[in-house]
Amino acid sequence: MKIFAQRWLVFLGCLVVWQFAAASGANPYFPPPLRILRAAGDLWFSGPAWHLWLTSSVGDDILPSLARLLIGWAVAAVIGVLAGIALGRSAVATDYVAPLLSFARAVPPPLLVPVFLVVFGIGPQMEVATIVLGVVWPILLNTIDGARSVDAVKVETARAFRITRSRWILGVVLPSALPKVFAGLRVSLALSLILMVVSELVGSTSGIGFQLVNAQQATFDYPAMWAWIALISVLGYVLNGLFLAVERRVLGWHHGYTGQAGR
Amino acid sequence: MTENMLEVTGLGHVYRAKEQTHTAFGDISFAVDRGEIVCIVGPSGCGKSTLLRCLSGLLRPTSGTVSLHGTEVTEVPDELAMVFQDYSRSLFPWRTVAGNIEFPLRGRELSKAQRRERVEEALSWVGLSGAATKYPWQLSGGMQQRVAIARALAYRPMLMLMDEPFASVDAQTRAELEDLVLQVRAEHEMTVLLVTHDVDESVYLGDRVLVLSKSPASVVETLSVDLPAPRDQIGTRGAEEFVRLRTEVAQRIRNTAPTS
Repeated sequence: MKIFAQRWLVFLGCLVVWQFAAASGANPYFPPPLRILRAAGDLWFSGPAWHLWLTSSVGDDILPSLARLLIGWAVAAVIGVLAGIALGRSAVATDYVAPLLSFARAVPPPLLVPVFLVVFGIGPQMEVATIVLGVVWPILLNTIDGARSVDAVKVETARAFRITRSRWILGVVLPSALPKVFAGLRVSLALSLILMVVSELVGSTSGIGFQLVNAQQATFDYPAMWAWIALISVLGYVLNGLFLAVERRVLGWHHGYTGQAGR
Repeated sequence: MTENMLEVTGLGHVYRAKEQTHTAFGDISFAVDRGEIVCIVGPSGCGKSTLLRCLSGLLRPTSGTVSLHGTEVTEVPDELAMVFQDYSRSLFPWRTVAGNIEFPLRGRELSKAQRRERVEEALSWVGLSGAATKYPWQLSGGMQQRVAIARALAYRPMLMLMDEPFASVDAQTRAELEDLVLQVRAEHEMTVLLVTHDVDESVYLGDRVLVLSKSPASVVETLSVDLPAPRDQIGTRGAEEFVRLRTEVAQRIRNTAPTS
């Protein structure tokens, strides 16, 4: 309880200061938090009871956005981990593609939006493609790094016990690389959220990003615009929290192992 | 008991790195009989570990041959298990104790029940039946090395190679693990080849002790250890014959002329 208070006291304090500052300033572009909260209530929680009070915007904008984000991230994760393990265990292959990778990851991902707009047109394919190509790099590079640095003693142990190739990859290389893979996945998840919003700002007819820019440019509903922005940060917070919970479970051994390594 | 299990003839290994060459050992020949414990002892840096890696098939020697049951070793043979010095790096931290022991068994033609049986059996041999579901890093160093030994035993090797297995545990644990090796050999008729830099350990454990010279190593002496079984940490180590042998081994190691 004390820790909870410590963590949230400053956050709530800032909200209170913002509330008073915004209320006294009366600037239409910066509505007070309570107005934003009311706008959020109107936007998402004013639906009929048989719909659990959720509005159609939840099903039409939030869920599709989340789906595109998760699909893009998952596809990038599969590609990144598979290619990363293959490249990480082959020094020659890595040497061949290293310059390519360095260039590819240096491209700021949002710049790909215009390209994919031309290729896929407006719609979810464009968004998913943007997310996949934008977030695959941290996963790929981290997996290469992790797969490459399997402990030499474990390599010899596996050889001494004649571990078969598939068990070697799945049972030794992958778990060895997993801490780095998770670090990459976490960065990519945050990046996925950004790219989801950015791609929807320019190339979509629904979704969180679209509604954000719609509130700003078409309806001039600034409290609603801020509500969408707040929603994005809440989503980022929740996704990161869920991710960390999964990581704690999957990598529990890693924290235990490294915690005891000095013994 | 006099069946030649492992035969090493004229084994040599030279590391080549750019201009420089380093001869780890030049011309080593010896044989190990079935059921024997042979200790290889030598000064630090004399190439003991390289020798063991050549014997196991992990490393290709640059000259000479190793044969196990008359078959030349070109890759790691099926009947061989290895215990490494660095147990914390050799065990897989993402697997439980039971999972570590079971992992190498998955490549063998064993049912799930048979594998579980072997794991339980091996754990009981090393006195760790209660630790099956723990992770290696939750155990003390000595217990972790017991897990590594159990993993080798569950594999049912004909020959167990041990590379300075007790070099990084404390004296008390080392004595316990030494007795564990003797006990395992007595109960399961294992052939063990153990590399150590500890003179006393080599005499205490070995049926024979091979003394290596300084680098580049060669076998300067082969001593038969005629100490009665079962050996005892206090009794055996106090025996006159033990003291005589350990002195002889120590002198042989000191007298090996540096040749570099």
